[in-house]
Amino acid sequence: MERVPILKIGQTLFVSIQIDLQDESVIRLQEDLADELAATGAHGVIIDITAVEIVDSFIGRMLTTIGSISRLFDAETVLVGMRPAVAITLTELGLSLNGVRTALNAEKGLEILNGKS
Amino acid sequence: MDVVGTNERMAAYLRDNHDKVVGRWSDLVVAGVRGRMSREEVRRELEDLFGLVVRVLSGADEHAAGELTAALDELSSSRARNGFTPSETAVGVFSLKEAVYELVADSADLVPEFYSLSRLVDDLGLRTFESYSATREQIITDQATAMLELSTPVVRLWEGVIAVPLVGTLDSARTQLVMEKLLDTLVATGADHAVIDITGVPTVDTEVAQHLLKTVSAARLLGADCTISGIRPQVAQTIVSLGIEFGDIATKASLADALALALHQAGLKVVPL
Repeated sequence: MERVPILKIGQTLFVSIQIDLQDESVIRLQEDLADELAATGAHGVIIDITAVEIVDSFIGRMLTTIGSISRLFDAETVLVGMRPAVAITLTELGLSLNGVRTALNAEKGLEILNGKS
Repeated sequence: MDVVGTNERMAAYLRDNHDKVVGRWSDLVVAGVRGRMSREEVRRELEDLFGLVVRVLSGADEHAAGELTAALDELSSSRARNGFTPSETAVGVFSLKEAVYELVADSADLVPEFYSLSRLVDDLGLRTFESYSATREQIITDQATAMLELSTPVVRLWEGVIAVPLVGTLDSARTQLVMEKLLDTLVATGADHAVIDITGVPTVDTEVAQHLLKTVSAARLLGADCTISGIRPQVAQTIVSLGIEFGDIATKASLADALALALHQAGLKVVPL
């Protein structure tokens, strides 16, 4: 099973999803992220989905869940680099990703997190 | 009745009287087009058609039927584009019967032959109707596509602020196109504020509102703030009386207000020189 690496940069955890997400790898990512947040006490999480071309309702819910988990550790989640087609799909699925902030790219995502702290 | 025999005899008869029939047919058609085409043009068109009709009737050539249909489609669509009504085109085809009837009227023994020609010409007349409506539909589809392309400009108002001035009624197809263009432009320009201006949208009902909300939430997923501007007093009243909720989406009366809000959020201020 492929794993998604989690990088710690300063007080931010950086997750770049470069693989086709399977259900197990998504659950594994949630577990890893929770462990990492507990271990590092990071204040923010950036999830980069530039390479994600296809989403379904499961992945949409996973993103919301990650947002909720992070908030329990007092960290804010910013989703960056969403493709237009993915945004349209999520809207059509009726998922507005409440509780997760979004930004056009990783740079703007970092600005949001730094503006907060 | 020996259909093949009568067809062939008719073909032979037409071939023998080629000039007389085509001449009379051209006269009848020219009278019908009322000066919109010259006699030479008409005569050239009909010569081709007549040759194909004879080939179909003689039954020797299996490609003739297809060629005749193609020629009719061509004729019908060119007439449609030149503003002829479908009945004018069809009457033009039907007048072949009249031209031939005038010749065979005296000879009673040619009745079955004339009947077989008449059936073929009826089919041809109907065919012109079909291709006429096909041509019209093609024109309508082309225009609809052209309108869709024209009606969705995305303009840059400021560094990081883009606007979509919407004009005309919003339906699902247009919303989809607007959404795609808006999102693509957001990604391409890196803008983080979008304004949807609905000054030109005549009515806002629940469906249109639903479409607007979808567009706004898709833009938000990309990380851009979205403002709806250009809400006219009547539209505001309709929205309230329909009970439409725009939630936390910012709405402004004019594009200028929306731009001011976007500048404010970007930390910019416009001051007099």
